[in-house]
Amino acid sequence: MEHLDALENQSIYILREAYKKFKKLAMLWSIGKDSTVLLWLARKAFFGHCPIPLVHIDTSYKIPAMIAFRDQLAREWSLRLIVGQNTAALADGMGPERGRLTCCTALKTEGLQLLMAERGFTGLILGIRRDEEGTRAKERYFSPRDKHFEWNYKDQPPELWDQFKTDFDADTHIRIHPLLHWTEIDVWEYIRREAIPIIDLYFAKDGERYRSLGCWPCTGRVKSNAATVEEIIAELRATNTSERAGRAQDHEDTYAMQKLRAKGYM
Amino acid sequence: MATDIATPRASSNIVIVGHVDHGKSTLVGRLFYDTDSLPEGRYAAVARVCEETGKPFEFAFLLDALEEERDQGITIDTARARFHTARRDYVLIDAPGHKEFLKNMVSGAAAADAALLLIDAAEGVQEQSRRHGYLLHLLGIRQVVVVINKMDLVGYRQRAFADVRRAYLDFLAALGVHPQAVVPVSAREGDNIAAASARMPWYDGPTVVEALDAFAARPSREHLPLRFPVQDVYKFDHRRIIAGRVEAGAIAEGDTILFTPSGHRGVVKSIERWHPSRTGPARAGESIGITLTEQLFIERGEVISHLADAPRAGAELRANLFWLGDRHLAPGRPYVLKLATQEVPCAAAGVSGVINTATLEHVAAHEVAKNEVATVTLALKTPVAYDCFTDIVETGRFVLVDGYDVAGGGIVLPPVEDDYTI
Repeated sequence: MEHLDALENQSIYILREAYKKFKKLAMLWSIGKDSTVLLWLARKAFFGHCPIPLVHIDTSYKIPAMIAFRDQLAREWSLRLIVGQNTAALADGMGPERGRLTCCTALKTEGLQLLMAERGFTGLILGIRRDEEGTRAKERYFSPRDKHFEWNYKDQPPELWDQFKTDFDADTHIRIHPLLHWTEIDVWEYIRREAIPIIDLYFAKDGERYRSLGCWPCTGRVKSNAATVEEIIAELRATNTSERAGRAQDHEDTYAMQKLRAKGYM
Repeated sequence: MATDIATPRASSNIVIVGHVDHGKSTLVGRLFYDTDSLPEGRYAAVARVCEETGKPFEFAFLLDALEEERDQGITIDTARARFHTARRDYVLIDAPGHKEFLKNMVSGAAAADAALLLIDAAEGVQEQSRRHGYLLHLLGIRQVVVVINKMDLVGYRQRAFADVRRAYLDFLAALGVHPQAVVPVSAREGDNIAAASARMPWYDGPTVVEALDAFAARPSREHLPLRFPVQDVYKFDHRRIIAGRVEAGAIAEGDTILFTPSGHRGVVKSIERWHPSRTGPARAGESIGITLTEQLFIERGEVISHLADAPRAGAELRANLFWLGDRHLAPGRPYVLKLATQEVPCAAAGVSGVINTATLEHVAAHEVAKNEVATVTLALKTPVAYDCFTDIVETGRFVLVDGYDVAGGGIVLPPVEDDYTI
């Protein structure tokens, strides 16, 4: 079987398991390339429909074009979109100047926590990949979080033969990662093959482009002339720089990602 | 390493297993470094961590990303990373060697197409070397290369290599495992990893990279009898779609099909896909849907086959099983068996032989403790569709859930009292 087909079939299998097993299920859509590919895969899994509501955590620091793209696609594809925001923290003046990790935890992790509690979701689908960074490389497809949202990475359940953790305590929820086995290049090659609409912030203008999208104060552009999907694939084949090099919060200290993710960060 | 942009290269999953401290993470780091597969900044980042913590440069840190792993110098959880040779792309799975983390090792190894079994030349064959060899065999991984590491610590002597080699090959042969190669290496120094070592002129076999490239590609399952377990039934629009993944064989429009264990029969009206990359019959590995010419009441779990070559059905399974749960597997205790998309309450009716994986001796016991393997008979509440593991892998293996977690895995043996033991 061709490589992209193998990736796609596995992701569809996982999405269908999640849909079957979780009555209160949502999918996180960050508007970036990965979660947009995930959304496309959901439409494949469910034969043109997306029966799972999408959640976007709006930190208020998102690049404005992301919000416009989100609303446009939601209309065109008839998506059920739920926008969450930690309004209390924002009213209190939370922002990156209070410390990037503090800000990420308050506006993203706690923003998500508030919305999950309010809606009672027990399953949450996310588009993270193993090749993004070290702690994600140690994730499971179905990964439990306790009532404090914490990830016990030192004692993860076994996962084998596509039999996933779908039984859990009332106080926990499960993170589901259907793109875990994809790489950055796989994602772009799939976008090209399927002609999936992707926000144009990824394409170079004036010698720069975004390689990874986040909040504008903490996300930098990389030098690039790649203005099409083809050119991005060619660029990635030639580069040795890591994908999240432009994400400032990762570089706050050596174990920044581990600390953020243990507390429930995506 | 530029490749034709129009054709993404297929990748092969390789797991590296071995006793704690025998150098798995170092080998992984070295493979990345020597094949120029490291992302830029990764080497520098690891160098910085080592400097901050006052340690010499550690290749192991490339994959051991957790703070605890680096502090204690042991891999806790499995990690994956990609590396490439001129022949193909690999996903390398680094699995923990510490007994306490066997469930993580199994999680990593279960996804592998082939395995590298790593042994320390100075320490020789240890308990986990044997246990891992046994588990790889139970997991159905038949392509194995043994890597004897730390040859630098034994002066690159052929005699030291030959002794460890013979001891381990004898153990594996008792399981029926015959490695494709046994390679003497020093992962730390880079001997026989990507390039042949000048320090071991007495060795004329493959390097680790050559041994990897000699592994066969994943065998196709298309020629096997059809097995299409029902994952779910959807009614999002006018179509009533039976969704699932074809685990073996192929299914086409117009096929007459049998549902096991219910015994229903039907005819495939259409193969359903959305925005498909291919049309026509659906083959093994494809997640698709079908509609039927006449509506039947079908539920998740049933296994679709053709009328000939149907799976077996029964409420009793004989199996070889490995146990990862903290609570012993004990007769009478309730578990849930998950086999393909079926889930059935069950209990162990009998434990006929607990095997000490370090000595291969049978132990007289009625319970199976954590990290042990056994031959068991399971009594199921309702019949399931299944195959013998040696016939069709995907419907011949299962997990047992104890409470909320997967606590064990098993492979189905022939139901009659054949002489098949592992």
